[in-house]
Amino acid sequence: MFTLVPLSMKNTIAERIFDFLKDFPPFNILEKDQLFEIASNIKVTYLEKNNFIFKQEAQPHNCFYVVKDGAIGLYRTMGEDQILVDICDEGDLFGLRPIIQNDHYLMSAKANEESIIYAIPVEILQEIIKTNTKAHKYLIASFSSNIKTPYAVTSNSNLFANVDSLEKTNTFSEVQTAKFSKNPITCVPSATIKEAANIMSSNRVGSILIVEDKKPIGIITDKDLRLKIATGLFSIEEKVGTIMSFPVITFPAKITIAEAQIAMIKYKITHLCITKDGTPDSELIGILSEHDIVVLHGNNPSVLIKELKRAKNVASLKYIREKTSALLNSYIEQNIPISFISKIISEITDAITIKAIELSLDEMEIQPPVKFGWLALGSQGRKEQLLITDQDNALVFEDVFNEDYHKTKDYFLKLSKKITDKLHTVGFEYCPSKMMASNPKWCLSLSEWKSQFKNWITKPSEKSIMMCTIFFDYNLVYGDSNLVRKMSKSIFKSIKSYEIFLNFLGKNALVNPPPLGFFRQFLVESDGAHKDQFDLKSRAFMPLIDAARLLILSHNVKNKNNTIERFEKLAKLEPQNKDLYFSCIDAFKILLRYRTEQGIKHNDSGRFIELNNLNKSEKLKLKGCFKPIKDIQELLNIRYNLAQMM
Amino acid sequence: MINFFKRKKHPKFWKDYIEKVESSKNYNNYEAIRFVALDTETTGFDYDKDRILCIGAIALKNNKIQVNDSFEVYVKQTTFNKETIKIHGIRKNGTEVKVSEEEALIQFLEYLDDAIIVAHHTKFDITMINQALKRLKIGPLQSKLLDTNYIHKKIAPENRFKKLFSLDELCNLYNITMHDRHTASGDALLTAILFLKLTAKFKKNNILNLTELIRTNYYLS
Repeated sequence: MFTLVPLSMKNTIAERIFDFLKDFPPFNILEKDQLFEIASNIKVTYLEKNNFIFKQEAQPHNCFYVVKDGAIGLYRTMGEDQILVDICDEGDLFGLRPIIQNDHYLMSAKANEESIIYAIPVEILQEIIKTNTKAHKYLIASFSSNIKTPYAVTSNSNLFANVDSLEKTNTFSEVQTAKFSKNPITCVPSATIKEAANIMSSNRVGSILIVEDKKPIGIITDKDLRLKIATGLFSIEEKVGTIMSFPVITFPAKITIAEAQIAMIKYKITHLCITKDGTPDSELIGILSEHDIVVLHGNNPSVLIKELKRAKNVASLKYIREKTSALLNSYIEQNIPISFISKIISEITDAITIKAIELSLDEMEIQPPVKFGWLALGSQGRKEQLLITDQDNALVFEDVFNEDYHKTKDYFLKLSKKITDKLHTVGFEYCPSKMMASNPKWCLSLSEWKSQFKNWITKPSEKSIMMCTIFFDYNLVYGDSNLVRKMSKSIFKSIKSYEIFLNFLGKNALVNPPPLGFFRQFLVESDGAHKDQFDLKSRAFMPLIDAARLLILSHNVKNKNNTIERFEKLAKLEPQNKDLYFSCIDAFKILLRYRTEQGIKHNDSGRFIELNNLNKSEKLKLKGCFKPIKDIQELLNIRYNLAQMM
Repeated sequence: MINFFKRKKHPKFWKDYIEKVESSKNYNNYEAIRFVALDTETTGFDYDKDRILCIGAIALKNNKIQVNDSFEVYVKQTTFNKETIKIHGIRKNGTEVKVSEEEALIQFLEYLDDAIIVAHHTKFDITMINQALKRLKIGPLQSKLLDTNYIHKKIAPENRFKKLFSLDELCNLYNITMHDRHTASGDALLTAILFLKLTAKFKKNNILNLTELIRTNYYLS
């Protein structure tokens, strides 16, 4: 029919469709001529609101669909109910799985608003899949995620497989295995210090491991010789055991650079022992020093920590905090796992806080009258703070006699004022709702804190529940851990005596319903200051954080503040819900990275995001995160019988 | 005898076209009817002096726009009107492959087949094509015609006294995203989408068949 027409004939319409499709996966990974072939063979259909494209159980059409305009709801019929499983909007693909798997439709597709959809004949795609392995992989992954719903029959594949296949595969140094020195220099416990020092000198090393039955039991470094021998504290004729540091910190050979960095920061050490199975009870096979890592990795967070320790004033704290932001930036760019990033940044933030406390203590005329503890609250308490945000903190001090109370409290308020001012100078803004230790309400003695928590727990109101969600995630940054242990113990006792409190906490965790499908609904629903923006914090983060806190409290688990660690622990405690908790972890990591990226990009807290600026793969990622939120809220709903309380 | 003589004079492509339209059995079954949404770009609005620059068209069948059944042809110009380049962007020596007016019409009639023509302000496009056919001593087009403007007027009682709606106005009214205005193919696609939306709404109050649709054409002659 078109024999008269030259091959180069213009096809404006197909070009237009080509331009539309090329931005969306999987079309963005197709060859140009493959995509043009698809664009030239599309059929365009218009659907009025509530019209069906296909119905559940029906035999598959010979084409699959892409939404051009409008929104298509995918519904699963369960008995009497129509459950909305997903909403497809601009660029979303649906109805492909049944064709490829030669199966009937598992869901119905209905226009939620008037829509224009493109129908793509499946034969063309089958041709393309044969030659384009990337497209093939993507499609296989997207099927598995499409059916990853609580109602799917089979769902053993990764929810985020499609996201992974979209991201560039990146090898980053932090997850590379660290290269440690094999054949470490050692001596036996019966050796004298002098003998050990001679072995170190002849081998030109700065450290020696003390080994018994091939197992590492201690370490002596140049620093020990300087501090303990050169000062005359010990004689060089004494046995190495008298001055060695022990126990040693051991790891298996597959330790990553990031793990090594974190361990060194955490234990404030410079050497790690590598043993066969990673425990101190197995054969020593090597040693990893901080120097090994610095050589491998120039810009290093432990350098920042060291600078912090040397810092003499607030200005240098501020400088280090700025360098930390640069470090965060490069970590995000390098696609380093978010849990590593958040651990490192949290350690640095804690170290800055500690330094601010130490500097403030130096400025005080007298030593603290009693023991005290400085608590980080909220996201810093959970160690999830990546971007610089407001400071939330509190102070607990030892109980004193009534007549000394005012004097003591005044001292700690004065100290807290100095600390919060310094943190403010560093860049941590004052908390607008004054949840800071400098506020007399949050600078309390141990027994005051105990009764405050008891009060919140046994008289749950909307406000007290909110306070609990902030104050429950406390983490001791500086001071006496005993005080905090006593406080935690008392809190768990109060919860135990008043278990309905958990139901109130559960109710609070469901305040923000799952945002599934918000990409369309949100835009029409909302107005006000953040119109057309999505509140990532309250709609995505808080439901996960609240759920993790509630569940971990219900298991009576102390000292787990971090949301990821809480879900990890829950997966162990409730193996039957393991998949759900792991998907929550995945979702939380993706959200945390996403928020950090947004924050860096817009130089703000990353809390509100412009929906219109999201590209397809970002939308896919976020949508993937909402399914676990929905599922975990359902779990809370059933477990705490919350439907009755609402 | 005169009839025979006349037929003899007509070129084969024209006779083929007439034959297809007259013998088509598709018109009674809505799902089998092929519609062709078309738009022409011209050098101006004078039926006698101005010429077709480009014809863009796309087919619809059973409520689906068939992208693989589309048509686009650019016509070589002998006369040239500077004013219209500003609107259409088609220059006398543009990069598009251009054919003679006769060749364009031969291709177009072959593509058109027995289809029902759908356009916006159909009278203008059809008259321009008929004028071109006349220069070849054939025509006018025998295809059945529909106009999105009149289908809209039939289903939208408001603004009864407004006679003409522009394609822009209707795209806004029916929430159709516009890009690519003022290329023949782009406007043909918009017209096709508009036609889908209009017939979906038309169906609610009227029986969707060709006769009923053609009844909307009370101004079209």
